[in-house]
Amino acid sequence: MSTTRKRVYGYLAEFKSASALYKAAEKIRDSGFRKWDCYSPYPIHGLDGAMGMKRSILPWFVFFGGMTGTATAFALAYSTQVVIYPTIVQAKPANIFTIPAFFPVMFELTILFSGFTVLFGLLALIQLPRLNHPLFASKQFHRATDDGFFIAIEARDPKFNPEKTRSLLAEIGGDNIELVEEEDA
Amino acid sequence: MASSTPTANESQPEIKLPVLEREQLILNNRSYNWITERICGVLENRQPLLWWLLFIPSALIALIGVGGGLTYLVASGVGVWGMTNRVFWGWDITNFVFWIGIGHAGTLISAVLFLTRQNWRTSINRAAEAMTIFAVICAGIFPAFHVGRVWFAWFLAPIPNANAVWQNFKSPLLWDVFAVSTYFTISLIFWYLGMVPDLATIRDRCKPGLRKFLYGIFAMGWRGGNRQWSHYEMAYLLLAALSTPLVLSVHSVVSFDFATSVVPGWHTTIFPPYFVAGAIFGGFAMVLTIMVPARFIYGLQDLITMKHIDNMAKIILLTGTIVGYAYLMELFVAFYSGAIYEMDAFKFRIAGPYWWAYAAMMSLNVLSPQLFWFKACRENLWVIMAVAMCVNVGMWFERFVIIVTTLARMWLPGDWKTYSPSGVEMMTFVGTIGLFLALFMLFLKFLPCINIAEVKWTLPQSDPHHDDKEHHPDHGIASEAAYQKELVSSK
Repeated sequence: MSTTRKRVYGYLAEFKSASALYKAAEKIRDSGFRKWDCYSPYPIHGLDGAMGMKRSILPWFVFFGGMTGTATAFALAYSTQVVIYPTIVQAKPANIFTIPAFFPVMFELTILFSGFTVLFGLLALIQLPRLNHPLFASKQFHRATDDGFFIAIEARDPKFNPEKTRSLLAEIGGDNIELVEEEDA
Repeated sequence: MASSTPTANESQPEIKLPVLEREQLILNNRSYNWITERICGVLENRQPLLWWLLFIPSALIALIGVGGGLTYLVASGVGVWGMTNRVFWGWDITNFVFWIGIGHAGTLISAVLFLTRQNWRTSINRAAEAMTIFAVICAGIFPAFHVGRVWFAWFLAPIPNANAVWQNFKSPLLWDVFAVSTYFTISLIFWYLGMVPDLATIRDRCKPGLRKFLYGIFAMGWRGGNRQWSHYEMAYLLLAALSTPLVLSVHSVVSFDFATSVVPGWHTTIFPPYFVAGAIFGGFAMVLTIMVPARFIYGLQDLITMKHIDNMAKIILLTGTIVGYAYLMELFVAFYSGAIYEMDAFKFRIAGPYWWAYAAMMSLNVLSPQLFWFKACRENLWVIMAVAMCVNVGMWFERFVIIVTTLARMWLPGDWKTYSPSGVEMMTFVGTIGLFLALFMLFLKFLPCINIAEVKWTLPQSDPHHDDKEHHPDHGIASEAAYQKELVSSK
């Protein structure tokens, strides 16, 4: 017998298709659960609504990231071309009216900063990278990246109940219902 | 349109219009698991002999051409690249523009076709994006090394230095530094983020060990939960929306290097759109050049179908015709401008000592794609490969014509010269072809060459309402078999 203490992560149930997953998600949403998720090998369109999720806020991050890029490029170009090292080339004035010549770099840095904000903003929102996750202990969960459709309801959800949650998952068509446990560190 | 009400009179035959079924993107009703097995099989199984036959020579060519050539250049100085006359840039910038252009099809397929909801892109976008990255790496070699002392390449970046000299932000050459480095960075982010779910697929298929650990690190712990997919989809959309203007800006900025200089043959406003169309044109040809053989070697015919190839052939026809229009418009503008120098520059291009390059450009880029007007040509893979190779060569000649013929006849007759590249320059260019192929071979061996998650998404059963539709035949998908049966019985 193992002596390590285990902590319950939650229930994992398999569904047979994208449609079945979609319908099950609507029922779990209506039962009032909060800490749960649907796992699928590809993004299922419309599942956000079925799960009662809001639109991603990533675009806001990216907007401010991009504006930072524009401002950085302008500051860089203006301070070097006008303030620190004014040179008159191509008959362009060494003052603010040179700004059209700064546009290409301002544009590029807007894109560059936006791109980095997309990357790091996304990682922050989906809370990755992480080295492990309790679900990886499941024997069937590896199929979520191949051809499996799963729903996991976490034990930390206030509505979680060992018996009732299990029977709810069975009722809405879940197969191979599994209690996922993680080793308590 | 006849509306199908349940109370329709039985005796009155209802007019049924034939419904054109959407062509399937993935053939033979393949399952999710089949897709995973087939794509992961490319990198999990032993590579075929052909892989080694291609990889070893290209790696050697890269080593000798790029590794050896550049070492020799750095050790001896830019004189070995023939930087002793007015056509300094000839060979090297031709190759820079050539490779940058190749990359553009990758971004176009991944970003522009994504925004326009062209789902056929899913089978080819990964390989095309990889091609972008490798092409930009090859491109970067030329400007970085032709400046001379490459260890001063950091002078390109606006960093305070001991000379107290700052970069000229009004110069297209500095814009180019920003455009190309941004392009490389964003393409890399796009490529990598798009690959994360697929890396997780490979991770989940590996036996525990170093391989699983490494794929696991790069998959970053991806689980495929919808709370991740939702943000991920938004991130992908944003990157596509950012890349689309970026790709247009990069080749426009590259063309500004020429267009803003007061040189006959370069000083034209048509350059930015002309360069962008040419880049997409050449890039699609390169996608076909590498994907048509890869599809055969790895048995991916159900994923990259003739429909995909047909679409790419049509894009080549379209962009090739735009490029042809630009060539003719250039001549017209030269004539209409009444500027003798402008006219002379073009006369020199067509009938001067470089007439063969101009003739090659015209016939390979404008005439050869016209074969794609014919369906039989778009269905014959030999014709497709032949035209793609013609376009690859033709686009190289286009850059050669623009750059060399112009620089060889600049304002001062004392500078006039008949140009020929040096041996080391040629060796380096051949080396970059080897480098490109070797990197692509490594990509096939270690990374998923087709976007597994997105291909699965295009299957009809991936629609969450797919099961509902089967109960209502009029919901959108009319069964072709039932329609045919009705036609027969009504006779």
